Amino acid sequence: MAEGELKLLGMWASPFVIRVRMMLEEKGLSYEYIEQDVFNKSELLLKHNPTYKKVPVLIHGDRDICESLVILEYIDENWSGIGAPVLPETPYERAIARFWAAYIEDKLLLSFIGILRATTEEAKAEKIAETHTILEMLEGAFKKCSTGKGFFGGDSIGYLDVTLGSYLTWIKAAERISGAKLLDETKMPLLVEWGKRFLAVDCAKKSLPSVERLEKHARGLQVTIWKVVSAN
Amino acid sequence: MAGSGTSDVKLLGAWASPYVVRARIALNLKEVQYEFLEEQFGTKSELLLKSNPIYKKIPVLIHDEKPVCESMIIVQYIDDVWINSGPALMPADAYDRALQRFWTVYVDDKFVPSLFGIMRSPTEEAKAEAKEQALASLQLLEEAFGKISKGKPFFGGDTIGYLDIALGSFLGWMKAFEEMNGFKLLDDTKTPLLCAWADNFCNNEVVGAVIPETAKLVELAKVMQARYKSAPPAN
Repeated sequence: MAEGELKLLGMWASPFVIRVRMMLEEKGLSYEYIEQDVFNKSELLLKHNPTYKKVPVLIHGDRDICESLVILEYIDENWSGIGAPVLPETPYERAIARFWAAYIEDKLLLSFIGILRATTEEAKAEKIAETHTILEMLEGAFKKCSTGKGFFGGDSIGYLDVTLGSYLTWIKAAERISGAKLLDETKMPLLVEWGKRFLAVDCAKKSLPSVERLEKHARGLQVTIWKVVSAN
Repeated sequence: MAGSGTSDVKLLGAWASPYVVRARIALNLKEVQYEFLEEQFGTKSELLLKSNPIYKKIPVLIHDEKPVCESMIIVQYIDDVWINSGPALMPADAYDRALQRFWTVYVDDKFVPSLFGIMRSPTEEAKAEAKEQALASLQLLEEAFGKISKGKPFFGGDTIGYLDIALGSFLGWMKAFEEMNGFKLLDDTKTPLLCAWADNFCNNEVVGAVIPETAKLVELAKVMQARYKSAPPAN
C-alpha cells in the first residue's frame, strides 16, 4: 500500500468530485481538500492534470490520479485492507458495476442538465422523459446488484452507490427548477427508497451540497453560461 | 484448456471491429477456448439483442450464459477470471493500474473519435482537423509510453497488457487510414517509441491472428464512406 499525503483538487458542485469525497470519507482517509475555480484554472490543477485540466484530481504523495471512476478503483485497490471494499467481490459483479457506472456517466448528467438547458417546453418534456427512462433502467440495475439488500453494494455503500449518489441533490435541484418529478416513486420505487437510505449515510451527508445551494448555482448557470434565462 | 474446467465461453463479434479485437486478444493471451459468433454487418442477431439490450453492440462476452458488455470491461473481466492462465493483463501496483485505466479512458475519449473522424468527416477541412487531433493524441500517448513502459517493449512491461490491448486493437484501422489517405499517423521521427511498440504488438502471435488485414479494412472503409456520404445528416 502506497504511503503519502492525500490532497484532492475539487469543485463543490461537481458530482465527479463529490463521489471521490464520499469514498475517502467512507474509508476514513484524511485529506486536504483544495477548492478550484474551474473557470480560472490554477497552476496546481494544470500541473497535476495536464491532460484534461479538470477536477477531481487525487494527489497521493507524488502520484496524480485523475478521472473519478479511476480514482474510486485506486482507492479500492490501494486501501483494500481498510473498511468495506469499494467494488464488489466477484469478477462478474465487478463487470456489472463497471457497466452501470459507465452507463450513468454516459447518459444521466447530460439528460438532467438537458432539462435545465431546454429553451422550449417540448425540449424540456423530451429531456424529462429521457431522464425517466434512464432512472427506470437504473431501477432494474438496483434490483439486480443489491440482491435484496439496501445498497447497490449490498449491505454497505460501494462504487455504484457513490457514482449515482453523487447526483442525488443535483436531481432534486433539477426537480425544483423544472417542476417535474424525476425520482418518481411510482416509476422507480426501489431507487427512491435507496435514495433516502443513501442520503442518511454519513459520507453522503458530509459530501453532498444542499439542494438549496445547488438550485441557486444551477439558476445562476441558466443565466450566465447556458443563457436559457435572461438576467433580471 | 485453461484451468477453469468446462466453462462455456462465447464471444459475439465481427471481424473488423477493433472493440471485438480487444476481447479476442485478451481471450487468446489467457488461452481461453471460446466460440466466436460473427454478427453480420448491418444486422443484429436475436442473441445480441437479448445479451446487450441497452446498447445492442458488440463485443458481448457470454460466460456460462452470463453476458458481459463493453470491450475494456470484458478485458478486465477476462483478467479477473482466468487469473492463473497466461500473463496478468493488469500490473500489480494500484497506481500503475490507475495509469493503465486513465490512458485507456483517454484512448476511448479522445483518440478513437478523432481517428474515425478521419473517415467520417464530410469535408476536407473537417478531415484535416480530425487528423490533427489524432496526431496530437498519439503524441501524448508517446509521452505516456515513455513513462509507463519503463524501458520495456509494452505499456504492460514485458508482456502485452490492458492499455496495449486498448490502443493496439486500433492498429489495423490506423494502417488502413494511412494507406487510404497517404499520410502517416505513427511516425519514426515524431512517435518513435510507439512505432517500435506497434511492431512488437503486431508481431505477437496471438495478436497477429486477430488483427484484421489492412487491405480488407480499406475495402470495408470505402463501403462505409459511401454510406456516410449518401446518408442524411445526423440530427
